[in-house]
Amino acid sequence: MADYEVPELKEYPVVPLPVEGTMEHLSPFVAKPEFQEALNYVGKKIEKEGEMPEYVLVDGWHDKAIEKMGDLLGRYRGFQVFMDSCVKCGACTDKCHYFIGTKDPKNMPVARQDLLRSVYRRYFTFAGKFFPKLVGARDLTEDVVQEWYSYFHQCSECRRCSVFCPYGIDTAEVTMAAREIMAHIGKGQKYNNEIIGKVFTIGNNLGLPEKALANVLEGLEEDVEYDIEVPVKFPLDKKGADILLVTPSADFFAEPHIDGLIGYAKVFHATNTSWTLSSRASEAANFGLFIGSYENMQRISMRIRTAALELGVKRIVYGECGHAWRVGYSFLNTLAGPFDFLDQNYPVPQHICEFTLDKLQKGELNIDKSRNDDKTVTFHDSCNVARASGMGNYPGGQFDIPRAVINAVCNNYVDMEPGTTHDATFCCGGGGGLLTDDLMELRVKGILPRASALNNAVNENGVTHMAAICAICKSQFTKVLPYYGFTMDQIVSVHQLVSEAIILEGQVDPED
Amino acid sequence: MSTLYAILLLAATLFMLGGLARKARQYRATPAPLKIPVTPAPKTTGGVVLRLAKEVIFFASLFRSNKWTWIFGWMFHVSLALAFVRHLRYVIDPDGMLGFIWPLINNPIVQSFGKYAGIFLVLGLAGLLARRILVARVRYISAPSDYLMLILIMVIGISGLMMSFVPSAFIDIVQLKSFMLGMLSFDFQELPTSVVLLIHLTLVAVLGFVLPISKLLHIPGVFYAPTRNQVDNPREKRHIADWAKKLDETRDSYPELRD
Ligand code: SF4
Ligand code: SF4
Repeated sequence: MADYEVPELKEYPVVPLPVEGTMEHLSPFVAKPEFQEALNYVGKKIEKEGEMPEYVLVDGWHDKAIEKMGDLLGRYRGFQVFMDSCVKCGACTDKCHYFIGTKDPKNMPVARQDLLRSVYRRYFTFAGKFFPKLVGARDLTEDVVQEWYSYFHQCSECRRCSVFCPYGIDTAEVTMAAREIMAHIGKGQKYNNEIIGKVFTIGNNLGLPEKALANVLEGLEEDVEYDIEVPVKFPLDKKGADILLVTPSADFFAEPHIDGLIGYAKVFHATNTSWTLSSRASEAANFGLFIGSYENMQRISMRIRTAALELGVKRIVYGECGHAWRVGYSFLNTLAGPFDFLDQNYPVPQHICEFTLDKLQKGELNIDKSRNDDKTVTFHDSCNVARASGMGNYPGGQFDIPRAVINAVCNNYVDMEPGTTHDATFCCGGGGGLLTDDLMELRVKGILPRASALNNAVNENGVTHMAAICAICKSQFTKVLPYYGFTMDQIVSVHQLVSEAIILEGQVDPED
Repeated sequence: MSTLYAILLLAATLFMLGGLARKARQYRATPAPLKIPVTPAPKTTGGVVLRLAKEVIFFASLFRSNKWTWIFGWMFHVSLALAFVRHLRYVIDPDGMLGFIWPLINNPIVQSFGKYAGIFLVLGLAGLLARRILVARVRYISAPSDYLMLILIMVIGISGLMMSFVPSAFIDIVQLKSFMLGMLSFDFQELPTSVVLLIHLTLVAVLGFVLPISKLLHIPGVFYAPTRNQVDNPREKRHIADWAKKLDETRDSYPELRD
C-alpha cells in the first residue's frame, strides 16, 4: 500500500528512542504565487524547461523573514514568552503523536520549537548574538527554512504538548508563527492556501458553488423523505430564520459527515426550529487558523457575520467541526463581533451538541436508544474542542456534553483508556492543515497512538464504532484507520447516532 | 578585593532585577490578540489565580507529565526557596528598617530547614543533570548552556554546603554579615578570607548576570503565558487587541462580502 512501514499497534504505549532524520524527506507542496498573492502573501516561480516549475523563496527573503519574526514577536505575547521561557526540561518530548509515530526527534515538541527558537536567539537575544554555540543559536539559511517547512508541517497544532509543559508553552503557536513567516517569504503551503483562496472566491473549502450546494441539499431532502417518509428540510438562505447553521462543507458530501448533517436537520425538524444554511457562510472551517494568520482568519470569519446580518437570523449554531469550533468559540467574537444584533439569551455561537443536549434534556426529542444497540460506541475528543475551546457554562463542558448526547441516544458507550481522552486526547493525525495526500506518510504514522487506544477498546470492551465531532478527524480516520485493519464505517458522526435513534412524527422505517 | 566583590554583587543584583523587570515590561506591553487558554480553563479571574498558583507552587502540569522530572525539579526549587530565606539573615539588620521580620528568619526552624535544604538542592540538580545525560530524548534537546546552568547552580550549592558542614571551610559569619550590610549601605567592609566563599559569591554573581539573558526567563514567563493566565470567557466578553482594532475598521470591505 505504501513505500514506508505502517507502525505496529501495541497494547501498551511505547515511547520510541529517537532516530534522527526519519521524516526529513517529507514536506508538503508549496503554494503557487497566485494563491500566495490571493492571501496577501508573496511568491516566486522559476520556470523549468520540460519540468514542473519550482516555487522558491522571494528576493530578500532572509531579511524579510527576520523582520516578520520581529513583527510577530511584537504582536503576539504568547509567541514572545514561549521563545524565552523553555527550560528544556524534556517533559513534552514524549507527548507528540508525530514523535511517537515517526521516532524523528525533530517531532518532539521542544525540538520543533527549537528549530525556530535557535534563529530567534541568534537575531533577538544577547546570548545568541555573542555566544551562539553555547546556547544553540544559528543563522537563518535556506537549509533552515527548508527544515522549518518540513517540520512545521509535521505539527497538527493539537496543543497536547502544551497541556504537559510546566510553562504552558504552546507549540501550536510556534508552528503558526513559523508558517506565517514562511508564507511571507514565498513558502506557503499549497493545500491550506488554495483552500483559503476557494473560500474567498467561492465560499467554501470544497469550492462548491451556490447552485451545486442547493442541488446537494435538495437531493438530501429527497433521500431522507424516501427513507423515512418525513419531509425533513435543509433550507438554504432562508431569510428570517431563527438559526443560521454554519457547518464544515465536508458535511455536504463526505461520509460519515453527511449523516451528521442529516442528524442536525432531524433535530431541528423534531423541535420545530426555524433554521437555515447560508451559501455565503457555507463553510465553518477556517484554515486561517492553521497558517497563523489573524487577517485571513478574520476575513473568513466575516462571511459568517455578513450572512447572519443579511439573513436576519437570531442565533448562530455550529455543526460538528473541531478547529472551526475553536475559531467559533474562542475567536469569532474577537474577529467578527460584537454580536449584539443576535439573541443574547443564547451563547454566540452555540455548538450543535449544546443545542441538541438541551432539547434532549427538555424531552423534546423522541428517542429510541435501542436503535443503536448494534453498536458499542466510544468517543474521540478532537484536539481543538478538547484543548482550545469549551461548551456549556463550566470548564470541561466540552467533554461531558458530547458524551451526554451519545449516552442519551445509545445504550452502549465506553471511553478509551485514560491518558488518551479529554484534555490528554491524541490528535487524529490529520489536523492543523495536514489533511492532504502529499503528507500521507505522516498521517499514517501520526495516527498510531489513537489507533492503539481504539484497538485496545475494541479488544477489551468490544467497541465497534468511534464517534467524533470534527470533520477533519472523520476524514482522516475513514481514510487512514483502514491501514490498521479498521473499516471506514466504524467512524460515525455524533449526530449520526442521534439521527439513528430519533423517531420523527410520521416516520415510517424501511423494512430490512 | 572586598570592595570589588561588593561592587560585583551589587551590579549583578541590579542587572538581574533590571533585566527581569525589563522582560516583564516587554511581556506586558506585548498584546495577546486572541483568547488561547489551554482548556479546560477557569472562567473567572480567581480561577486563573488558583491555576497559576498550582503551577508555581506545585508544578501541577509537570506532575502530570513526568514524575521523575517533577520530583527532581520540585525538590530543587523548594530547596532553593528555603535556602534563599535562610540567607536573608545576612542582609537583614535586626535593628534596621526590616528588623521586624528578623525573628521570622533567625529562628532554628527556618535556619535548619534552609541549611539541610541545601543538600536536597544539590540532589535535585544531580537528578536533573542525570536525566539530561541519560535520557536520549532530553540529551537530544540539550545545548551546552543547559548543562552549564545546572553545574553552575550545583557548584553554588556545594560551596554553600561546605561552609555549613565542613569545619575547615567554616567562615566568620559575623564578618560576612557586616560585609553584606556594609555593601547595602555602600560602606564597604572586609570579606572573610575564604576561597570557598569567593567561589560561592562569584558564581552567585554570574548567576545574577545570566538570569535575565537566558532560559532562566521562565521565572517571569510562567506568569505571562496566555495559555495559562487567560480567563476562558470569549463568548461572554469580546477580547480585542489594540492593533486588531484597526483591522476592524476595514474588515467589511473585502470584495467577496459585497456581492
Ligand atoms: S515541557 Fe515546556 S519547558 Fe519543558 S522542554 Fe517542553 S516546551 Fe520546554
Ligand atoms: S501541537 Fe501537537 S502536533 Fe504540534 S508539537 Fe505539540 S503535540 Fe505535536
